[in-house]
Amino acid sequence: MSTVAHAAHPETTTGIDSRKVAIWAFIGSECLFFATLISTYLVYKGKSITGPLPADIFEIPLVTFGTAVLLFSSFFVVLALNGAQQGNRKKLIGWLTLTVICGLFFVGMQVYEFQHFYHKGLGLSTNLFGSSFYLLTGFHGTHVTLGLIWLSTVLVEAIRGRVPPQKAMNLEIAALYWHFVDVVWIVIFPVVYLMR
Amino acid sequence: MSSQSAHAEGHAHPTAGTYVKIAVVLFALTALEVLAYEMAHGPTMPLHTVMEATLIPVLIVLSAAKFALVAMFYMHLKGDGKMLTSLFVFPIIIATVIIVMLMVLMSYWEVVH
Repeated sequence: MSTVAHAAHPETTTGIDSRKVAIWAFIGSECLFFATLISTYLVYKGKSITGPLPADIFEIPLVTFGTAVLLFSSFFVVLALNGAQQGNRKKLIGWLTLTVICGLFFVGMQVYEFQHFYHKGLGLSTNLFGSSFYLLTGFHGTHVTLGLIWLSTVLVEAIRGRVPPQKAMNLEIAALYWHFVDVVWIVIFPVVYLMR
Repeated sequence: MSSQSAHAEGHAHPTAGTYVKIAVVLFALTALEVLAYEMAHGPTMPLHTVMEATLIPVLIVLSAAKFALVAMFYMHLKGDGKMLTSLFVFPIIIATVIIVMLMVLMSYWEVVH
């Protein structure tokens, strides 16, 4: 197995790249943000007076497929990072392109789901379920979209040949954010769709 | 031959083979989640009664396992040292406490009123 030397970074008091500490601190704060949204969903669960209710509208096969695609994207981005660290540009661009395609599919799935639910009568202010559902999954979808924009910019840089092994940290930080978006969905999927 | 890629600052990242193994486990756990859901909601499914009663704890355990695998291997916390792990785990503990306490508080409020 080839060894992967990481780019040297300026010395810090912690010995860890400051950008990495910053993204982890940001991810920590995001955990609290999503905790409040998940709490709101759980507190209001089963308290809607009017329908439609989760049992009337959820399509588990579609969401399961979307979940699998998001998991695939996390897998692809670590392979892209592996390629970046090895200086393998072909591997980096290929896996990163697949990651972006998976992300686009997930966002598309969510847009379709929202549109479908809206046509079935579930608006943002229809009932407590509608409000808390759209708020939680909508904010997650926004995070996925931001992650997609971030990864796409890294992909463009990689295509231009501007992500050498010394700059692999740029992808690692974007990938950390992408994995965070994935772990949030790992919680949302069972809490919202399967526990009802 | 080392199974871990060397990290300049002494940390280690898993290899592509490890990432593949983790992906397989993650997909298997997701399949188990959906299977548990189908068993709990299908009256004709085997173990329906048992799964109906234990669905929530089963789903919590499965999703916690997926969460931990992604954090440890894909986010590299397993090899990246205690400081970064603390930056993630401490807010996770606070987040869990917030969720549990709010649910307990609202349930209590409903009982009282």
